[in-house]
Amino acid sequence: MIAESGHYALVLALALALIQSVVPLIGARLRDAALMNVARSTALAQLLFVGASFVALVMLHVNSDFSVANVYENSHSMKPLLYKITGVWGNHEGSMLLWVSILALFGGLVAAFGNNLPMSLRAHVLAVQAWIASAFYLFILVTSNPFLRIASPPIEGRDLNPVLQDIGLAVHPPMLYLGYVGFSISFSFAIAALMEGRIDAAWARWVRPWTLMAWIFLTLGIAMGSYWAYYELGWGGWWFWDPVENASLMPWLAGTALLHSALVMEKRNALKVWTILLSILTFSLSLLGTFLVRSGVITSVHAFATDPTRGVFILLILCLFIGGSLSLFAGRATSLKQGGLFAPISREGALVLNNLLLTVACAVVLFGTLYPLAMEMLADFKMSVGAPFYNLTFAPLFALLLLAVPFGPMLAWKRGDLLGVTQRLLAAGVAGLVAVAIAWGWATGGSTLAPLAIGLGVFVIGGAVTDIVERTGLVRLPFATVLHRARGLPRSAWGTAFAHAGLGVALIGIVCETTWNSEYIATMKQSEVAHIAGYDVKLDGLFQRQGPNYREMIAEFNVSRDGETLSVMTPSKRSFTTRGSSTTEAALLTRGASQLYISLGDATAEGAIAVRIYHKPLVLLIWWGPVLMAFGGVLSLSDRRLRVGAPKPARAKPRLQPAE
Amino acid sequence: MTLWFVFALMTVAAIFAVLLPLGRSGRVQDQGSEVAVYKDQLAEIERDLGAGLIAAPEAEAARVEIGRRLLAAAGSKPAVEPKSSLKWRRAAAVLALVGLPLVAIGVYMPLGSPRLQAFPLAQRERGSGSGMAQSLENLVAQVEQHLEKNPTDGRGWNVLAPVLERLGRFDDAARAFRNSLTYNGESAERRSDLGEALSAAAGGVVTAEAKAEFERAHALSADDPKANYFLGLAAEQDGRKDDAVSIWRALLAKAPADAPWRPLVQSSLARVGGGAMPALSDETVAASKDMAEGDRNAMVRGMVERLATRLKQNGDDVEGWLRLVRAYLVMGDRDKAVGASSDARQAVANDADRLRQLNEGLKTLGLDG
Repeated sequence: MIAESGHYALVLALALALIQSVVPLIGARLRDAALMNVARSTALAQLLFVGASFVALVMLHVNSDFSVANVYENSHSMKPLLYKITGVWGNHEGSMLLWVSILALFGGLVAAFGNNLPMSLRAHVLAVQAWIASAFYLFILVTSNPFLRIASPPIEGRDLNPVLQDIGLAVHPPMLYLGYVGFSISFSFAIAALMEGRIDAAWARWVRPWTLMAWIFLTLGIAMGSYWAYYELGWGGWWFWDPVENASLMPWLAGTALLHSALVMEKRNALKVWTILLSILTFSLSLLGTFLVRSGVITSVHAFATDPTRGVFILLILCLFIGGSLSLFAGRATSLKQGGLFAPISREGALVLNNLLLTVACAVVLFGTLYPLAMEMLADFKMSVGAPFYNLTFAPLFALLLLAVPFGPMLAWKRGDLLGVTQRLLAAGVAGLVAVAIAWGWATGGSTLAPLAIGLGVFVIGGAVTDIVERTGLVRLPFATVLHRARGLPRSAWGTAFAHAGLGVALIGIVCETTWNSEYIATMKQSEVAHIAGYDVKLDGLFQRQGPNYREMIAEFNVSRDGETLSVMTPSKRSFTTRGSSTTEAALLTRGASQLYISLGDATAEGAIAVRIYHKPLVLLIWWGPVLMAFGGVLSLSDRRLRVGAPKPARAKPRLQPAE
Repeated sequence: MTLWFVFALMTVAAIFAVLLPLGRSGRVQDQGSEVAVYKDQLAEIERDLGAGLIAAPEAEAARVEIGRRLLAAAGSKPAVEPKSSLKWRRAAAVLALVGLPLVAIGVYMPLGSPRLQAFPLAQRERGSGSGMAQSLENLVAQVEQHLEKNPTDGRGWNVLAPVLERLGRFDDAARAFRNSLTYNGESAERRSDLGEALSAAAGGVVTAEAKAEFERAHALSADDPKANYFLGLAAEQDGRKDDAVSIWRALLAKAPADAPWRPLVQSSLARVGGGAMPALSDETVAASKDMAEGDRNAMVRGMVERLATRLKQNGDDVEGWLRLVRAYLVMGDRDKAVGASSDARQAVANDADRLRQLNEGLKTLGLDG
């Protein structure tokens, strides 16, 4: 009953999406308000039905109804409730259902809260949204249906991949999908603008919150995924330049560029065509990511199942949407009116540089991801492109970008004064140099570039602080005035500062972790002591324990420093009976921003066990950075005010402040 | 029947969602416009100016720019007011009333299974009265579930272990035998059962771990036939053929005449001792003694053919394949031997361990370099 109702709800959603993709367009052509409004009610109804379908699948998993193939293949009646629920999207079919649910959610949000949109724009946006939805509903129903049944149901399921039985699965995929799919809105807006042949600053005003929301979720989703890989896979690595990671990084890079160019468009009515192109590219990269992960072209933790028909189907969707939107762009872009002018040295100019660097970085990642695949397919030659490639290409680009980041927000709109900004950034620059000196003196070993990179990170943070100090007039004005100005400062200005500082924080974390981490790998016997980075780690013993659907071997370590006991760490190895596989559960001890990391290898017959202990200095900064960035995004999103980029008049006094 | 009722309700709701706006005239005021955005922007400049965030000249410049955009937006405002076209609205209504249910049914019918009953956990635990086949796998799953909850139930492990072994789940079987040992106590029989499961898991190779178990069993009861047989097999696999022969001879000497495992040991002995015919028990050999030469060959051929058919159905048995190849070689049929060995490779190609074992076996037969 539940299974079939959920199935039918999904089918109805498809039927509604088909109507939604045609009727509003006819309405927009005829300027018929009623026909255009069909888009709103169908989008909301679609959300209702997909939502019902998703809830149905969740209920099936919770009830362990093994007459549904998807539940049988990915669930187990002994699994804890949380993993029964998260297991819904821990498999291909369910995760695609989550994908369309989020798509419908965004469509529904536009329909419900899009009162400030012109009616025909709203109709166009929702129609484009419905095209995407129809394609993916068809994909799900035809090739990856989660509601297929088994006539004679087995008594027990095959359980979820143990690696995925973790709290991370509850957070990472929904966040990431909210990000991926959120960019579909800016895509739909771009296509709608191209179809209407009209685009202006108001357009950017309407797109901003959607893009920003998607960006926040994508940032958090990627950071969460990275942290999950860090503690779950047991190697202590947090980024592997794995094609699937790249697939999420590319939309992030393009989306970040989009965020900045949309800013220029909203405030200054410039860079319009470029912004449209970026909207298309960002969502295309999201689709490409979906294709890479879901088609089985790449095998990884994320590729739950591989099936050639799925790959072909997604490839078709990919060609249709990317090819279609780019041809539409090529045909219509020239007819769009060009906007405001600006000097090369200006806030606009800085944002163009930012866009340039981000898109080139994105292209580098795209090349690094697709080249090995192409080589394997065309020349039957297996190769992997990893960290050395990206260190040589991606890292310098990003270093350049970070160097430019503090300058951007301090330049005036239309025409800026680079020398003046440099003077004002002097303090941040000095702070950076001091950091370089300290790092140089204190560090032993490691790359000579590392202190420089730390200096760069400090410079970026210093730049963000300087920006706020300058805007509030912290040093020049009396304190009461400063407070008044700080309160009057747009929240988006604070958002910019936090997001940029987050970049610096993440950079410092990355450099410290990669340069000065220490590791200890050995086979330890009971009461043996390992010394690492000033800590003494003693193996107290090994224990067995029975979990709900696994058995685990726990090692107890006593961690002390200078003879003083700090904590007990208990890494474990879990073996899951049903899938016959095992996972390592690393133990983490956080000290400030640094972590001690222990993960277990195989036990030997004599009661000894292989142990990997890492000390990772300032590793947590890697994730605090993105959290700061997302926080900045939330601040900026909460700023309901309109954005005006007041241009600097041609003959102005040199010390005037630019405004948000 | 309720299911179809629910479907009908859902369809009506979907149709209603399309028809609802068509019935209304469409409120035109329910929308924003660019003009509003620019007016808001102008207001924003005044606020910023008042808060001292921007200076007067900049505010003036911004005002000029936005004013220009405002004029442009107001100028391009559609001259034609929204209108309604009844003909198209009717078409949309028909699309919703006819097209939507048609698409829904057309897509759902080939994919859905409306007749299948749900089968949630709660119902399963109440006893599977819904006519579900109680297959062996399901029974095993139930016992396993029970044991997950009560891992100290030694009797349960005792029952489960041999079943698992028969199902080919050797690793699980070994674990079950271990648990049985833990909760039921030591016995030679359980030790040697565990050893058997371990060597089955290793694809028939008596590993060091398995051998240790057999030795323990042997220490507990020197006469345990299974332990003795496998110790002999271990010796054979280690290349100590003489030891194997003496262990198996001793075993046969002590064995009761009607022991069911007698033929197995005898054929093993024949294999190690270089007996001419593989896989022939004493009885068959005795029987064949009285036959004429031709009859004997026919009997042997019949046995070999039976072996070949069995392997065609189940190709996992490496020992069987080796026996077959050896039999062909002994009968002087080298072509068939070569053919059988390539069949064997294909059959076990998916299993690296078995393939290795097979290749080693073939090498000793001199078939392969």
